[in-house]
Amino acid sequence: MDVLVSVDWHVIWLRIFHPDHAFARALWATIALSVVAQTLGVLLGLLAALARMSRFPPLRVLSGVYVWIFRGTPLLVQIFYFYFALNPPTVHVLGLTLSSEISAGLLALSINEGAYMREIIRAGIDSIDKGQMEAAKSLGMRHWLAMRRIVLPQAARVIVPPLGNEFNNMMKTTSLVYTIGVYELFADAEQGYSQTFVSDYFLAVAFWYLVLTTAWTFVQAWIERRLAASERGEELGFRERLLAAWNPVTAWARGAR
Amino acid sequence: MNDLVVHAVDVRKRFGKLEVLKGVSLDVRRGETVCIIGPSGSGKTTFIRCVNHLEKIDSGRIEVNGHLIGYRERKGKLVEDSERSIARQRTQIGMVFQRFNLFPHKTALENVVEAPVQVLRVPREQAVADAERLLARVGLADKRDVYPGKLSGGQQQRVAIARALAMRPALMLFDEPTSALDPEVTGEVLTVMEELAREGMTMVVVTHEMGFARKAADRVVMMDEGVIIEEGPPEHFFEAPEHERTKRFLSKIL
Ligand SMILES: Nc1ncnc2c1ncn2[C@@H]1O[C@H](COP(=O)(O)OP(=O)(O)O)[C@@H](O)[C@H]1O
Ligand SMILES: [Mg+2]
Repeated sequence: MDVLVSVDWHVIWLRIFHPDHAFARALWATIALSVVAQTLGVLLGLLAALARMSRFPPLRVLSGVYVWIFRGTPLLVQIFYFYFALNPPTVHVLGLTLSSEISAGLLALSINEGAYMREIIRAGIDSIDKGQMEAAKSLGMRHWLAMRRIVLPQAARVIVPPLGNEFNNMMKTTSLVYTIGVYELFADAEQGYSQTFVSDYFLAVAFWYLVLTTAWTFVQAWIERRLAASERGEELGFRERLLAAWNPVTAWARGAR
Repeated sequence: MNDLVVHAVDVRKRFGKLEVLKGVSLDVRRGETVCIIGPSGSGKTTFIRCVNHLEKIDSGRIEVNGHLIGYRERKGKLVEDSERSIARQRTQIGMVFQRFNLFPHKTALENVVEAPVQVLRVPREQAVADAERLLARVGLADKRDVYPGKLSGGQQQRVAIARALAMRPALMLFDEPTSALDPEVTGEVLTVMEELAREGMTMVVVTHEMGFARKAADRVVMMDEGVIIEEGPPEHFFEAPEHERTKRFLSKIL
């Protein structure tokens, strides 16, 4: 009860219903960091998964060492190391300015995520019947062509649900980069607190994380429903169905018709 | 010599301690249909998988159309060929699996079109026209846009045959193509295969369908425990099999 009584509802009200400009920037940073780090993580995970299955032993070893190190050490340590050791320069890409701390944070988040995605992607590939690869090879397809055209598209479906969970985690995990000075949701709350010593800034930011993860839960459930539905009714091509499932706009347009 | 499509000499293969092929020699001439019969575990599947190098062999040699399969001769020894040339050799060898192995994320038509376009670089329009013709030939013209999951086993296997034929192979290998099917649909697959045999396709068929062997096979080969114990025209097997084991096996399946 004490906790509730001591809540400064006014601060919470302000943080939720009257977000200021700095807050908007922080929210955007959290979303952008999550999406970019997850995307890069998936790509790295795919490369590492393919390396793990390579015919060349050095690649397999490299992939193993990668996962070993990045799953075996704290992400916070990785973030600090990337920031202070690499100290990446400020870069300008596509009209965006990536400060040193953002680059280092993104790098650490992506590389760390890649190590986890490798396991997920490998499990997805392993779940595809060996007969698929053999049928492709018996038609004269080479290994990578068969992988790209036959195995990976099927594995993609298996990977979608765990990938969704990873993204849910990622949105919360990005808060760690506040420690190297990235201005994202948590940094925004921390700043509010350090100026006022009102702890309810943290309650308010928890609310915002909850909004993000809850919204994502709905998106995820909806993607999975579409994939399941497309497995039953097969009227669209596989690629179109996957695209439709991933693209709320096209699906919404189709639903509206 | 020149019209030997398959020329297998003393092929040996072991899985760990288990010797599965103990010196199999088999020649198949152009246009011939050879049926391989034999009890389960006798090495039939392993042998035809060696013919397109889905399995490596330990010794002996297999030639298809006069070319060594999967290996290259270097200083009198056989070393495994590059992935690229193995893949190229497989384009001439069609394979039909017991469990169909159609690509479930592609329609019937896309299953057939895939390899000609991706491997042989046939222009897509032409590949589609070919695929439509092949699907019509196996009686599935109306299923071109249907996914394998919506096809019956017999239909899936016919698509699989069309998919293999789309590469215009010189040789077709069938591994018990009807044994995963309900009895009432085996006929539709066997009919397609009989037609193929009649049209002069060179075929090696692992099967226990003696009706098919009688109608379509030029030769039947009996395998047991990793060796060929008896071979001859189909009538021979029905009228006067020589080996005790052959007789016993036939009495079980007929
Ligand atoms: N990949 C493998 N690893 C180990 N043993 C195998 C493998 N494939 C087949 N075998 C064994 O080899 C023997 C022959 O199998 P197979 O060629 O499938 O026989 P068939 O097709 O005549 O029933 C069986 O004892 C089987 O268990
Ligand atoms: Mg078998």
